[in-house]
Amino acid sequence: MHATETPPRPLLAVTGFSKSFAGFVALDRVDFTLRPGEIHALLGENGAGKSTLIKTMTGVVTRDAGTMGLDGVEIAPRSAEEAVRMGLATVYQEVNLAPNLSVAQNLFLGRQPTRFGLVREGEMRRRARALLAEFGLSIDVAAPLESYSVAVQHIVAIARAVDQSARVLILDEPTASLDAHEVEVLFAVMRQLKARGIGIVFVTHFLDQVYAICDRITVLRNGRLAGSAPIAEMPRLDLVRLMLGRELSEATTERPPRTEDAPAAEVAAFRGFGKEGMVAPFDLTLRAGHVVGLAGLLGSGRTETVRLVFGADRADCGTAEVAGRAASIGSPREAMALGFGYCPEERKTEGIVADLTVRENIVLALQARRGALSPLSRREQDAIAAKFIRLLDIRPPDPERPIGLLSGGNQQKALLARWLATAPRLLILDEPTRGIDVGAHAEIIRLIRELCAEGMALLVVSSELEELVTYADEVIVLRDRAHVARLGGEQIDVASILAAIAEAPAAPPAAA
Amino acid sequence: MAMRFPRLGTSQLLALGVILLANWMVSPQFFDIRVQDGRLFGSLIDVLNRGAPVALLSIGMVLVIAMRGIDLSVGAVMAICGAIAASLADSHALPVVLAAALGAGLLCGLWNGFLVAVLGIQPIVATLILMVAGRGIAQLITEGRIVTFTSPQLAFLGGGSVLGLPTPVVLTLGMMALTLLVVRGTALGLMIEATGGNPRASALAGIGTKLITVAVYVWSGLCAALAGIVASADILGADANNAGLWLELDAILAVVIGGTSLFGGRFSILLAVVGALIIQAMNTGILLSGFPPETNLVVKAVVVLAVLLAQSPRLGGALAGLGVLFSRATSGGPRR
Amino acid sequence: MNFRALLLASAVSGALFSVGAQAADMTIGFSQIGSESGWRAAETTVSKAEAKKRNINFKIADAQQKQENQIKAIRAFVAQGVDAIFLAPVVATGWDSVLKEAKEAKIPVVLLDRDIDPSGKDLYLTAVTSDSVHEGKVAGEWLVKTVAGKPCNVVELQGTVGASVATNRKKGFEDGIAGASNVKIVRSQTGDFTRAKGKEVMESFIKAEGGGKNICAVYAHNDDMMVGAIQAMKEAGLKPGTEILTVSIDAVPDIFKAMAAGEANATVELTPNMAGPAFDAVIAFKEKGTVPPKWIQTESKLYTQADNPMAVYESKKDLGY
Repeated sequence: MHATETPPRPLLAVTGFSKSFAGFVALDRVDFTLRPGEIHALLGENGAGKSTLIKTMTGVVTRDAGTMGLDGVEIAPRSAEEAVRMGLATVYQEVNLAPNLSVAQNLFLGRQPTRFGLVREGEMRRRARALLAEFGLSIDVAAPLESYSVAVQHIVAIARAVDQSARVLILDEPTASLDAHEVEVLFAVMRQLKARGIGIVFVTHFLDQVYAICDRITVLRNGRLAGSAPIAEMPRLDLVRLMLGRELSEATTERPPRTEDAPAAEVAAFRGFGKEGMVAPFDLTLRAGHVVGLAGLLGSGRTETVRLVFGADRADCGTAEVAGRAASIGSPREAMALGFGYCPEERKTEGIVADLTVRENIVLALQARRGALSPLSRREQDAIAAKFIRLLDIRPPDPERPIGLLSGGNQQKALLARWLATAPRLLILDEPTRGIDVGAHAEIIRLIRELCAEGMALLVVSSELEELVTYADEVIVLRDRAHVARLGGEQIDVASILAAIAEAPAAPPAAA
Repeated sequence: MAMRFPRLGTSQLLALGVILLANWMVSPQFFDIRVQDGRLFGSLIDVLNRGAPVALLSIGMVLVIAMRGIDLSVGAVMAICGAIAASLADSHALPVVLAAALGAGLLCGLWNGFLVAVLGIQPIVATLILMVAGRGIAQLITEGRIVTFTSPQLAFLGGGSVLGLPTPVVLTLGMMALTLLVVRGTALGLMIEATGGNPRASALAGIGTKLITVAVYVWSGLCAALAGIVASADILGADANNAGLWLELDAILAVVIGGTSLFGGRFSILLAVVGALIIQAMNTGILLSGFPPETNLVVKAVVVLAVLLAQSPRLGGALAGLGVLFSRATSGGPRR
Repeated sequence: MNFRALLLASAVSGALFSVGAQAADMTIGFSQIGSESGWRAAETTVSKAEAKKRNINFKIADAQQKQENQIKAIRAFVAQGVDAIFLAPVVATGWDSVLKEAKEAKIPVVLLDRDIDPSGKDLYLTAVTSDSVHEGKVAGEWLVKTVAGKPCNVVELQGTVGASVATNRKKGFEDGIAGASNVKIVRSQTGDFTRAKGKEVMESFIKAEGGGKNICAVYAHNDDMMVGAIQAMKEAGLKPGTEILTVSIDAVPDIFKAMAAGEANATVELTPNMAGPAFDAVIAFKEKGTVPPKWIQTESKLYTQADNPMAVYESKKDLGY
């Protein structure tokens, strides 16, 4: 196939899509063209209209105006299922499968091979194994989906979509929860699909990945088409400018010089802290005004470490000392009483309470610490919410909006606000910038620096090494559920961290 | 997690209005109210008075459901507490009688809360235990017969009146006010909604979710005890076989009609009570209508279906529909 | 309250215990359903008393509403070689094989209170039951006689919808008033046989019938509903027993209290004494070989205020109602 050389006939042509919700224009006359065998990046900040465009294309949301042609035939799917039948499949960031069913059942759900009306389990498993082998995945297809990593779940979802005779595959932030190796596996899958002439719409926040694999970029901003061009004609700086509508400060990626004064006051110290099956015993010292970064592959014990520190899981060995005194940390409540705060990695399942308002989400931890019997008055709540909405630039700046309606970046900011409202002496952030747009990303990094300057101790888990380098005073590298290296001062750079992570061959993830 | 459209309660109040209007059409004297022996007398007052037990149950139930729980035992707890009250009424002073009955309700709630919060048993199973066993306990207390009493003080709680309003109505209003005070006057309401909405996130935010779980079941037990006392006081006796029978289902229905999701989260005590009144208005209407009793359940089912359909976001008018679409489009993630 | 005795009783439930320790010349086993209602408890009490009167060694097995317990009890009685077995069946079907076992052992079986559906009627000696159609008829005839030709609007409190007793008592009452065009049923609703529902339904009847002015009489399928209805009438400022006539069925003690107070007019007795006629039939069969009729109908006795209700109340109040 020579898809990129012979572009005349588009595979998918979207013309003049518009959609508004109760007066709010989410999409304004957007055009989008996808050619066969093309990997097409769809970019934009959160709220730019990417999600709405995808949902109007796949019939999840009905469009107000516009037409769409697949192979020159006009189509108008009225539901995601119908879109799949027409050849338009979508894989979402949060995998939309049944976690308690087996991998094979998930792959063939609703279209199981049957004989005389009975599901042929053996045949189904055989086909499941064959299908996944195409994608370099060799796993027990009879095991429940939830027993595998998010990465495997993702590849299963893609395999299911492709196998349903997809002509167009929409990947909505598939790489958000994958580590570098898993991303490579996914890219291999995408290249293979490209060779088959399938058109891929690729939504991501990782610009490196865009340049690594995409043929063409379309950028949306505020519901409008901001620009569309082949990859060669759009250098990074132009792209970022298109996305943000402004220049990104170079400072966000540069490590600022540090002045090493007298060692800062110790906030908390953990000796031999650990838990069987979660993370091997480790030592960890957190100081006022210092950022300790935790780096490592997915599943290396980063999240486990911070959960123990916050008491979300109870350590079964070691001691903790807070402000010079022995402390017991058996529950989040105890950790909070010691002045700890924790923004978990799983924003939706462990962070926000989607139905509650931004205000209620922000005051939740402070209220919990005060106890039910000393409620914050509505006026106090309003003041706290207003303060942090302003301070963190949470959008829309409406404290009474259910937080579930906000974009990921703004949800994350509100969660930060929840903990900042408790004025913690130690703030634990687990992947604070995951899945949020470039603008919010930069703001959160700036915020981390500011908090640090104010004397708060920070413990940050991040997969974005460039980010860690910019703010961490110390980086602890984890591998196979153990702390394996400690980098400080001038040692902290991406290359050193990568070297520490890779020192011994990292355990292959389940996808290998 | 389903986003819900702002809950103004309009659809519930509208439903209540329509049913009351329908009652007036089948029974033109429906809105007539006169004073009889110093108390208000009329079908409308009957709706309030007869609706009191289910309204009381729904006040406790709505908190339990907001916490993603359910309390199937309330009908049986009514029977137990009513039996205790009736058995003690003629031999003990009213405060002792009330303390014993309410104390029993509290214990029942503690038991349910213990099973759910400490042992981690699913609420529907945990409370099913007391639902079945509780009626047996009540029968043991009454020795299988209807225990009657003559104590005028206890009788007053069922048949008396305060400022013209039947005592059960006053007790229900009082319980509702007290619950609103406890729940909305403190941060408990916020904590219940947060825990029901996302238990893991709430625990990580430092909310004592187990303690609150126990507390809502205890409150539900207390509400059921009060409902049991009212039911016994009403008929001047304790009928362990029939007191509160199936009322747990009416209470759950009242909460659902009141717009609180069985998946927990946002709740409204007031609308749950409105839900109970909707159910009772319907019952009273059926009794007034003169339809043959064989049609009772069918009529009820049709009305409940209509009320719930009217509240369904997919059918609930253009505004509500738009709200749902909007939440789908902006909250990210697929939704079936 | 006798908690301990009750706990003990339930602990040994299904076990057999004998009543009437005097030298008995006959042993009869009784598989009782349970004690789900006051009437059932009274039936047990009266049966014991009747056995004692006749010097019969009487064994009662409480089945706690379970047919399998009843079947077990019958097998145990057969194994013990009792002279006769009484059975108050919890359900109508499923008795064939166990009754055949009794028949092969030549032990006569008498059904109490309820009939069953065996494939052949020869599996039991006789059934002692009341006729609930007849009960309703007695109530209706009393009302017709009492109003003596004056027009009378009746409201009816039915039992549980679909229960055969409710259907029969409704039909019987309609038969009883069939000849009197002056008496007619203006409203009929179910009160589920309970006091609370009886009261609630009566409240709505009063409102729907001009504050009760249009109501001449209340007919309730059981006394419990009538007790609730009497409360509703009193709370509405009406005078049951004088302004509004009442007639109900069962003759439980509380209705006699109301009759003594002048608040109720009549009740038709569903006698708890099913065992008495059954004992007599068994004794006659055993001693003289007299084969009783397949159905012994108990008397449906009418009680009114003229029957010294307080005395009846005293005699009934300790029977366990």
